[in-house]
Amino acid sequence: MATKSLKARNNDIANTSRQMEILSSGIFANGELPTFAAKIKETGHFPLRPKKLEILQINLGYMCNQVCEHCHVDAGPDRKEIMTVETMQQCLEVIKKTEAHTLDLTGGAPEMNPNFRWFVEEAAKAGIKDFIVRSNLTIIRANKKYYDLPEFFKKHNVHVVSSMPHWTRGKTDKQRGDGVFDKSIKALQELNAVGYGMPGSDLKLDLVYNPSGAFLPGDQMALEADFKKALKADFDIDFHSLFAITNLPISRFLDYLIASDNYEDYMHSLLDAYNPAAVENVMCTNTISISWDGWLYDCDFNQMLNLKVASKVKHVSDYNEDLLQDRNIIINQHCYGCTAGAGSSCQGVVA
Amino acid sequence: MSKPYYDAADLRKFGKITEWSEELGNKFFDYYGKVFEEGALTAREKSLIALAVAHTEQCPYCIDAYTKDGLQRGITKPEMMEAIHVGAAIKSGATLVHGVQMMNKVNKLEM
Repeated sequence: MATKSLKARNNDIANTSRQMEILSSGIFANGELPTFAAKIKETGHFPLRPKKLEILQINLGYMCNQVCEHCHVDAGPDRKEIMTVETMQQCLEVIKKTEAHTLDLTGGAPEMNPNFRWFVEEAAKAGIKDFIVRSNLTIIRANKKYYDLPEFFKKHNVHVVSSMPHWTRGKTDKQRGDGVFDKSIKALQELNAVGYGMPGSDLKLDLVYNPSGAFLPGDQMALEADFKKALKADFDIDFHSLFAITNLPISRFLDYLIASDNYEDYMHSLLDAYNPAAVENVMCTNTISISWDGWLYDCDFNQMLNLKVASKVKHVSDYNEDLLQDRNIIINQHCYGCTAGAGSSCQGVVA
Repeated sequence: MSKPYYDAADLRKFGKITEWSEELGNKFFDYYGKVFEEGALTAREKSLIALAVAHTEQCPYCIDAYTKDGLQRGITKPEMMEAIHVGAAIKSGATLVHGVQMMNKVNKLEM
């Protein structure tokens, strides 16, 4: 189990241009597999264009209390990139005028940003009704100062979305680190205790499932039923929906695919499962991703590959929604991760 | 260079069998797809049966395919191993139950 980010380990893959090189060479250069651009051209989806903006996804920093094997952010305790109050203020200006109705806060562990609570409160004042916080659960138990997070979430009616790779301890700890399963269970029980995830409750608690290995997620509904049954029977835990998310071949997961000699087979699996219907609703068509330092991206994955939006407006300080929405979305072979099977997005399946 | 009889990459080419006999190939794949749909048995149960049979048939392609299928469905390692034991038990049982035939024959032939 890794305890340091790729960046701290000076791993080759931490270099984003190296990742782009890998994704553009080999089986995609020799014609064994079509590029994503060629594939979406078949159904007239090229160039990919934004639709109505619905979600602002803001990355509050790459610092995290966990170092998950598959993390596409390469987050960890050693990452010091944290959004400043100044950048948060620029985001708040955007929130006041955007058409987007949902603010999706992610990281790292977004709660570890020292101004996280202030930012949520200010965003609420600025008119955001739908908050999503992507919480890794263990943060709630990591330190006394986080123990009251469930109450804080409840106060602002935050929609909590949490990763939970499996309903068994072994699979969870293997992906996310020793002890993560027990802490996550405790955190889920505490969220349930304040009303989160209960049947009929407005306090939304959804779980995210990422496969822990070089395979794609199975049927989201079937997995949700299995998770619900097991978590209820074993730990009396309730939650609302399960989002099955495909791991994209970037960052730590790409490093794993290559090191385990699974890269080519995985790309074939994504291609075999390619679903043109999923292209219609990929999340980059209704989301803008903002990095900790205020740069704008089509999605969180492009952020991690350092592929800034193809627009005159590239930074939150110059934000202009009309200009920004009139752009082509930047794509590459990693995008196959969002179009496999029923599709994959931060809200689960899309087709 | 050794040339193995089995090549893992051949599994991806399975669909190509339709090229030399389209109608039969398509009928087979339609049937195959239908079999694994959710029915009186869940798709998950069918996946475990397929895994067990893949082992008793000793089909390396099927083992690769249904191990991955199981992981995708969240099937756990103990569940997979137990399924294989079911297959192994039937295989060994099928051998041993023929022992009755052997006993019958001995009893018939011996004075």
